Amino acid sequence: MTSSTPANAPLAFDRPVANATSQKMAGKLMIAAGSIIFVATLAFQILYASGVIESGFDTWLPVLYAYALWAASIIFGQVLVRGERGSRATFVLPAVFFTVALVVFPTIFGFYIAFTSWNLSSDAGRVFNGWDNLRALWNDPFFWNALGNMLYYGLMVLVEYAVAFGLAMILNSEIRARRFFRIVFLLPFMLSPVAVSWMVGKSIMENRFGPMARLARLLGWERPAFFSDPWIARLSIEVMDAWVFIPLMIILLLAGLQALPKEVLEASKVDGATPWQAFWRIIFPLMLPVSITTIIIRIIFKLKLADIVINVTAGGPGGATDTVSSFIYREYRDRSNVGYGTALAEFYLIAIIIFITVLLIAGRRLARRYGALPAVAES
Amino acid sequence: MTSYTSTLDSTPVHHGSRRAAFMATRVLIYGVLIFWAFICLFPIYWTFTTALKEAPDVMQGHLVPLVDFTPSWKGLRSLGLSPDTIFETSTVREEFLKRFTNSLWASLGGSFLALALGSLAGYGLARFPYRFGPMKNDDIGFFFISQLILPPVVLAMPFLVLYKELALLDSLPGLILVYTLMVLPIVIWIMRDQFHTIPVELEEAAFVDGLSIWGTFLRIVLPIALPGMVAAFILALVLSWNEYFFAALLTGANVQTLPVMVASQTGSQGISWWSMAALSAAAILPLIIVGILLERYIVQGLSTGAVK
Repeated sequence: MTSSTPANAPLAFDRPVANATSQKMAGKLMIAAGSIIFVATLAFQILYASGVIESGFDTWLPVLYAYALWAASIIFGQVLVRGERGSRATFVLPAVFFTVALVVFPTIFGFYIAFTSWNLSSDAGRVFNGWDNLRALWNDPFFWNALGNMLYYGLMVLVEYAVAFGLAMILNSEIRARRFFRIVFLLPFMLSPVAVSWMVGKSIMENRFGPMARLARLLGWERPAFFSDPWIARLSIEVMDAWVFIPLMIILLLAGLQALPKEVLEASKVDGATPWQAFWRIIFPLMLPVSITTIIIRIIFKLKLADIVINVTAGGPGGATDTVSSFIYREYRDRSNVGYGTALAEFYLIAIIIFITVLLIAGRRLARRYGALPAVAES
Repeated sequence: MTSYTSTLDSTPVHHGSRRAAFMATRVLIYGVLIFWAFICLFPIYWTFTTALKEAPDVMQGHLVPLVDFTPSWKGLRSLGLSPDTIFETSTVREEFLKRFTNSLWASLGGSFLALALGSLAGYGLARFPYRFGPMKNDDIGFFFISQLILPPVVLAMPFLVLYKELALLDSLPGLILVYTLMVLPIVIWIMRDQFHTIPVELEEAAFVDGLSIWGTFLRIVLPIALPGMVAAFILALVLSWNEYFFAALLTGANVQTLPVMVASQTGSQGISWWSMAALSAAAILPLIIVGILLERYIVQGLSTGAVK
């Protein structure tokens, strides 16, 4: 990472720092030493692990330490070499090294595992099997079923959005005890989905004694069962997940509503527009960028949905409530099928990246076309 | 649409009917507010009261303690936390406290580490022009923030294998590292926007006075950015305290966290509702308190990142 010419930079002030040649040398030496130690430790451990040499470390932990040392030597060394510009890079370099070690490397490693047949409970170990996992994925009805469920859960985000928008509008209007309601509306977001699984899924929605079942019987549903029929089960899971995440959407939309220009809203009142017209002609279009951000963030969280499904239905009945994450989780947990499970996960990751990218581009276009409202604002 | 109704009653024409319409909307608004507040609060109320119930109270659907049923310590006793057991040695309490402290250290550790890394990166990205190959500041920022979309399931398996080799499986440092990487994108997102809102002139003045870049950051910028950092920290804390997926796969008997403990109890259906309720209540209580006291920071943290 190098700092480019700071000509039009916000903090463009280079002080003439006389970087002594000896200091530069020390920096370069530091980086070289760190690199040598890291490469040597790595090579040593690889040789030991592959049985070429006899002695070595029991675990790979020393390699991680060597990596940390290497990262530190580069961060400090480049300050000595490059002075002021090096100092600036120290801000972002720790996060870069951290991310490379814990996100980039494991992801690449995951793609490697995805092309192996590897079951932790069998002795065969890791065997490269090319595209076999992908072929199996193609013919796995349970995976496609889970992916289909994700489509349903994803579409339900629009319903959650409508509810959250309505509540955000109410919280933004002139009401008493606003702070109280804001705190109360936030609370579900603070709760652990696992606890919610029990609190709502296993006790409030319990078929015999749960308050929901009692209410259902009162309303004439004789034998209420929230997790037996596929569609009702799907809806029950969705209700719980919505309960946890609607507060997040309310907060985002409320912040957007509060940032709306007051003059435009005043002007619409003077014009005599009905509240309904004012909403559709002014508030909704002005809120479009925030709405799109909110929906995309919510979809990102929705695509990770797993905890509630794992703990309440374990994907049942018959895979009706399964999400991709909960399905893969069972593949690991119950069948120890590491190779195939990872192949599914990596496939899902690529699908998500494509989907979110399309969503971001579409969202940006939509916001640009309908988001700005000069005509209405002037009238 | 509701924000306009309040001014309608000041218009002179059709005063009576306007007034009635105004009242109707008021009733509707407060009706919706109270209804939603009930939906938000009932499961929490239900959990806390069920912790005080005995089996017949559960089966008969009693709702209000002292009115409907006599509170019992059965739920808390199952955690070794009732008045009569709290001073005795109790294996269940030790187990519970161990899980509780594991959760606490893992979430605090992960949040602190993420805050440190994320604040530095956020400041750098907000202030200095970087270039890494073809990537400039916006691209580097996107590289970090885009990791938000990584589902835990993608990293879980490689981590299981790597942690085994690194002897980090079922260890607190291992869990802390995972939680750090999980919340880092959000922290960087929030902190970058926070630093953007701080005027550059302050730093320029400090810089002219002879402070180094790091001196300026530590002595001038950090104190101003503190509220934003609190917001990012609280949010990171909430997410990692509630995390289940990684904890379920990467921990065993040693550093299991509270959510894993709650989940493992739900599997064995002994219908000991009171103890499940007590356990769930203990798992959610810390964050309910945090939510009530620090609501402002949570809202601020969430809205700066997403709404500019």
